[in-house]
Amino acid sequence: MPKETKKGAKEAKTPRFYPADDLPPAKVKMVNNPCKLRASITPGTILILLSGRFRGKRVVFLKQLDSGLLLVTGPYSCNGVPIKRVNQAYVIATSQKVELPKKLPAIDDAYFAREAEEKAEDDEGVFSAEKAGGSGPSEKRKADQEALDKAMMASIKKVEMLEAYLQAKFSLKNGDKPHEMVF
Amino acid sequence: ATPGLAKMPYTRFVEVGRVVLINYGPDAGKIAVIVNVVDANKCQIDSPATGVARQLISFKRIALTDLMVEVEKGAHSKTVEAAMTAGDVVSKWEKTSWAKKLAAKKRKASLNDFERFKVMVARKQKAKMVADKLASM
Repeated sequence: MPKETKKGAKEAKTPRFYPADDLPPAKVKMVNNPCKLRASITPGTILILLSGRFRGKRVVFLKQLDSGLLLVTGPYSCNGVPIKRVNQAYVIATSQKVELPKKLPAIDDAYFAREAEEKAEDDEGVFSAEKAGGSGPSEKRKADQEALDKAMMASIKKVEMLEAYLQAKFSLKNGDKPHEMVF
Repeated sequence: ATPGLAKMPYTRFVEVGRVVLINYGPDAGKIAVIVNVVDANKCQIDSPATGVARQLISFKRIALTDLMVEVEKGAHSKTVEAAMTAGDVVSKWEKTSWAKKLAAKKRKASLNDFERFKVMVARKQKAKMVADKLASM
């Protein structure tokens, strides 16, 4: 049958396709929730990071952010891990817990957003050597880190060998069977 | 135990009253007493004291120990329990180095990450003490 392409006649005709059932359109029920936190991870748990720059380091879990990522800190003065976000999938939770200070700094995902850089006025600025290298952490981050470290080291020092434990890195040795190890 | 076999190289025999360690199955790790022998492959064991039900078990699943209990063939569970407490079998078993080694192995497997770290530090300290002493000799 020849295809009817006259635009004027489109409204008067029945459409070529219509749904079989007279149902209302399905409601979209997608909800964006943060990833479910493993039961073994509670505030104050010591975690082992498995990937990234700090792989093998033992860090303290602070809280889960709205994005689902875990907020952790070394503490920085202990093992050099700053306040950072970490994915739950790349972490082993140990059964060791640390008492967290009652008041944690108010940190959310926006804290870690990239700072908008000043745009160079002219093209020459792009190639200048002055901009080479990172500018380092902001003063706010340093201040937050110091305050948190001070509060946390007090409770870490109460437990014998805990500071040394956090400073040490985790690694698998010969004969270790991770599927049989209790963490 | 059995007379006339003093010159045998074997000292642990399958006999009524022999205390055995169960190596495999749901009761693995527990001790029990042989109450009866069925044939060359199976025997009947019982141990109310350690929570082992009266059952037939293959010899392949058990290991003989040096301990013995005074029971007669086919003794009922109550008699076996009384004999085990009279002979103080459970505590005697716990004192043997075999049982202590099993317990140590179990403890090592259940160490958590922090405990493993502390063990590592302790081993290093001990090794240092030994090395220092050796160097000074």
